[in-house]
Amino acid sequence: MARDTGVPIGAQFTHCYDEFVLDVNLALPAKGVTVLYGQSGSGKTTLLRCLAGLMHAPGGTLSIGGDQWQGDEVFVPTHKRPIGYVFQEPSLFEHLTVEGNLSYAQKRVDLADSSRSVLSSKEVIELLGIENLLQRKPNQLSGGEKQRVAIARALFSQPELLLMDEPLASLDTQRKREILPYLEKLRHELEIPIIYVTHSIDELSRLADWVVVLDKGRVVADGSLADVLTALDSPLQLDDAGVVLETTILAREAQWALMRVGFSGGELLLADNGRAEGETLRVRVDARDVSLTLSQHTDTSILNALPATVIEISACLSQGAVLVKLCLDHQSTAAFDESKVMDEQSKASRGSSGMLLSRITRRSADYLELAVGSQVWAQIKSVAVLR
Amino acid sequence: MDENLAAIWLTLRLAATVTLVLLLVGTPIAWWLARTRVWFKGAIAAIVALPLVLPPTVLGFYLLLTMGPNGPIGALTQSLGIGLLPFTFWGLVIASCFYSLPFVVQPLQNAFEAIGERPFEVAATLRAGPWDRFASVALPLAKPGFITAAILGFAHTVGEFGVVLMIGGNIPGVTRVVSVQLYDHVEALDYGQAHWLSGALLLFSFVVLFSLYTFNRRASSSVGPRV
Repeated sequence: MARDTGVPIGAQFTHCYDEFVLDVNLALPAKGVTVLYGQSGSGKTTLLRCLAGLMHAPGGTLSIGGDQWQGDEVFVPTHKRPIGYVFQEPSLFEHLTVEGNLSYAQKRVDLADSSRSVLSSKEVIELLGIENLLQRKPNQLSGGEKQRVAIARALFSQPELLLMDEPLASLDTQRKREILPYLEKLRHELEIPIIYVTHSIDELSRLADWVVVLDKGRVVADGSLADVLTALDSPLQLDDAGVVLETTILAREAQWALMRVGFSGGELLLADNGRAEGETLRVRVDARDVSLTLSQHTDTSILNALPATVIEISACLSQGAVLVKLCLDHQSTAAFDESKVMDEQSKASRGSSGMLLSRITRRSADYLELAVGSQVWAQIKSVAVLR
Repeated sequence: MDENLAAIWLTLRLAATVTLVLLLVGTPIAWWLARTRVWFKGAIAAIVALPLVLPPTVLGFYLLLTMGPNGPIGALTQSLGIGLLPFTFWGLVIASCFYSLPFVVQPLQNAFEAIGERPFEVAATLRAGPWDRFASVALPLAKPGFITAAILGFAHTVGEFGVVLMIGGNIPGVTRVVSVQLYDHVEALDYGQAHWLSGALLLFSFVVLFSLYTFNRRASSSVGPRV
């Protein structure tokens, strides 16, 4: 698991809290968004609190960027760790205005020596769109506004590591839609690693570069987004199998209101969403939207069909279905500028971003005589643009 | 009339001193009670609350013994050259502090407990150390509790009688507070003076409680969540 930049985050915790056992040993990238994914009670918040020092699991070790935060004889208290923490509920100080909440963080960083600045105060305020809220008290804000202020406050403390505990979970769908774009911008703007806890496959697909799947306090899958999504034995496959592709807009086909996007496995036609050529799009292709044919069909309404090779077929899933893992045969064309897609954050997923998953019935798999190495055409019925 | 004014002045001085001392002493006690999980927390809480149920004369009796010439505190004050505390202003202050302790500690403790753990965790993640968290989070968020504690401590000290009589006696300008003065007037069948003092105390108590309730309503409506 080679990583591109910086010293990875090493975390090892073994501890019992009442009935619950947390037992993890992780190396996380020092850059990009790591999503801790799992159902409630899987231990993801506990792990995050151990990383923040809000919880002390004796005997654990934690090192970040070469600094030891926890070890045999070391336990750096929370207030001495250069972290930003966003809680599930916004948890603003009710006795302070928005501005007071922000300067609470700022003042205390100025006292400590901060060698580098993540983002300037002005940038943070602009990034989260809270210019007009500064003079308000927390009880005059909506839930979404509060959470944006809480995120801004965490950034004001100039963290070297940003920890976010389901920041959208306490919000309704409308508010989630309001905040997600800010989080995506954040992911793009920040140089620091973000560790993001969620149980939402949608947030995982949109934000993650690296994924750790937890269940009952243990790590059940751990790797780049593409690796975890395409691992057939991954616990994610039960309900939400699919892959996430990093694509670049190559050209528009104006008369059809479509645009052509490229990725390392080929090209796709998507509904034109008005974004400029050269911009990157993250899209998700669900396994249930990919069907397989043995020959190329030209008499079909399906827009996107890509040649592929079967590289793995899962054991029987529920309802007589199987998952087929495909490697797309396409090699990057000259027109397709790979370096643009492969920005720093997605390099980790380079190895498998030419993969697709297809969920078909076992009967179809038998009928088509699918086996590892079979040449097929993957017909993609729909592609969801994540961002 | 001068005697009445002297008694009122003494009472106000006593109540103000006691309130000040109790806010200083009661805050750490309340903070500790609100945050600790040790097994003897219940015992300490019970001791603090004792004056709520104990007849003031019982408290006064024990204080008189401990501060008297043969008591441990009396021995201490004598060896320090302060002399004996009973029947002095400071003796009254100490006795009143015990007597009014729960009225200060309990509102503070409730206020600290109502804050919960989360704001302190937030402050810690924003680089605030333990003392900083107490000053920048606990104190401002517990402000309504401090106001309630100060008002109750002050008012309750003004209204005490039994403890004063046991510890302070009835020395004009030194230990003769309003309630004792009133008792004297009634004993002497001087109902005119008694009416005057009683009316003043009644009015005082009403104003204090009225302002307390008004403040509490305002405080709770301005702090309460609104989404």
